[in-house]
Amino acid sequence: MQKIYPNAEAALEGLLFDGMLIAAGGFGLCGIPERLIDAIQASGVKDLTIASNNAGIDNEGLGKLLRTRQVKKMIASYVGENKEFERQYLAGELEVEFTPQGTLAERMRAGGAGIPGFYTKTGVGTQVAEGKEVKTFDGDDFILERGIRADLAIIKGWKADESGNLVFRKTARNFNQPAATSGKVCVAEVEEIVPVGSLDPDSIHLPSIYVKRLILGAPYDKKIEFRTVREREAA
Amino acid sequence: MATQVEAKGWDRNQMAARAAKELKDGYYVNLGIGIPTLVANNIPQGMTVTLQSENGMLGIGPFPYDDQVDPDLINAGKQTISELPNTSYFSSADSFAMIRGGHIDLAVLGGMEVSETGDLANWMVPGKMIKGMGGAMDLVAGVKKIIVVMEHTSKNGDPKFIPECTLPLTGKNVIDMIITDLAVFQRPDHDSPFRLIETAPGVSSQEIREKTTAHYVE
Repeated sequence: MQKIYPNAEAALEGLLFDGMLIAAGGFGLCGIPERLIDAIQASGVKDLTIASNNAGIDNEGLGKLLRTRQVKKMIASYVGENKEFERQYLAGELEVEFTPQGTLAERMRAGGAGIPGFYTKTGVGTQVAEGKEVKTFDGDDFILERGIRADLAIIKGWKADESGNLVFRKTARNFNQPAATSGKVCVAEVEEIVPVGSLDPDSIHLPSIYVKRLILGAPYDKKIEFRTVREREAA
Repeated sequence: MATQVEAKGWDRNQMAARAAKELKDGYYVNLGIGIPTLVANNIPQGMTVTLQSENGMLGIGPFPYDDQVDPDLINAGKQTISELPNTSYFSSADSFAMIRGGHIDLAVLGGMEVSETGDLANWMVPGKMIKGMGGAMDLVAGVKKIIVVMEHTSKNGDPKFIPECTLPLTGKNVIDMIITDLAVFQRPDHDSPFRLIETAPGVSSQEIREKTTAHYVE
């Protein structure tokens, strides 16, 4: 079975439909599946619900799909630094389900692990809890949150072998791992595809079973939101 | 020549330094964005404190040198950072398992309002600020001890430590300690009232009373 596709467009062939739910990896602009986002934009698919920690920034990452009005609803924890998002949200054109960051990660993890719901203390007594079942365990209240099972997961990895075993790099792992498992189908883009046998089996972050389709996305021009540096001490 | 108004209370870095006094050797700590981040510069010499970044990292190093900036290495504020010899990386799901599971000893967060019963509001101003809660709700729900560092009053002079929050909550009955530019309040558990335990240099208990509407003990 061949998992490697020539490009993002080919890898998404037959997977996209209007009104679908997509889980996307990335934190800010770190570790975002940019080739796949571009291909989704080009496909014109619309009325998307996207579960992703952030919504990109203006014209970067998922911000591109906002600009073309392909997104109906975002499930996200933090959407700052994005004027077009703010405009669409305030104008009532975009629906947003604010979800605490850890709850979002766990919703993806649980959905991918066959767990339709779980109880968490996060958000108890806040507007996040509105309309949700509350259950008391050992004297403390917890709210019921639903697992996310996405129609499609799009992720960005560092290296994958030809069978789809995948490793991430530093903090670019973030939501890519739970998002990958939450998808009925996961398409991954990576910086390098290596022959089977060249990755240490003990060091695989995402086993191949989760990666159904794979593309080489390099070369990447990785964007930085806030470049912060320190001065070298004088010799 | 006009008389210089004597600086009163703590500045941002002094507030962070005060928060750093709550650190203990071996602590795993999460620092929020803004003044809380400055706590990292005030870790006492010889003390081992490991900083957690909720986007999936334990062991945050200082900002990188210009030629070592790595787009794959950022903190939760999306700033470029560096790693340490004992750094580890993990997914967001594992990161919040750590947070929610009560494995982090201390979180220092910013605040817009804190109520006298320890409710925190710091994520949303309806109609104005719509950025989202990020990881703050998870942190206040799961971390063992929560310190809020904030100005004592708003820019308009309104108290921020108040009987009941007016803004949407981040968490209910979750705060253990409040450090402002004027004073420190603490409570031993979540059933007790806050106690004024310290005032900044040049600040009287009377001034704190005038600038605080929350009930607290002295």
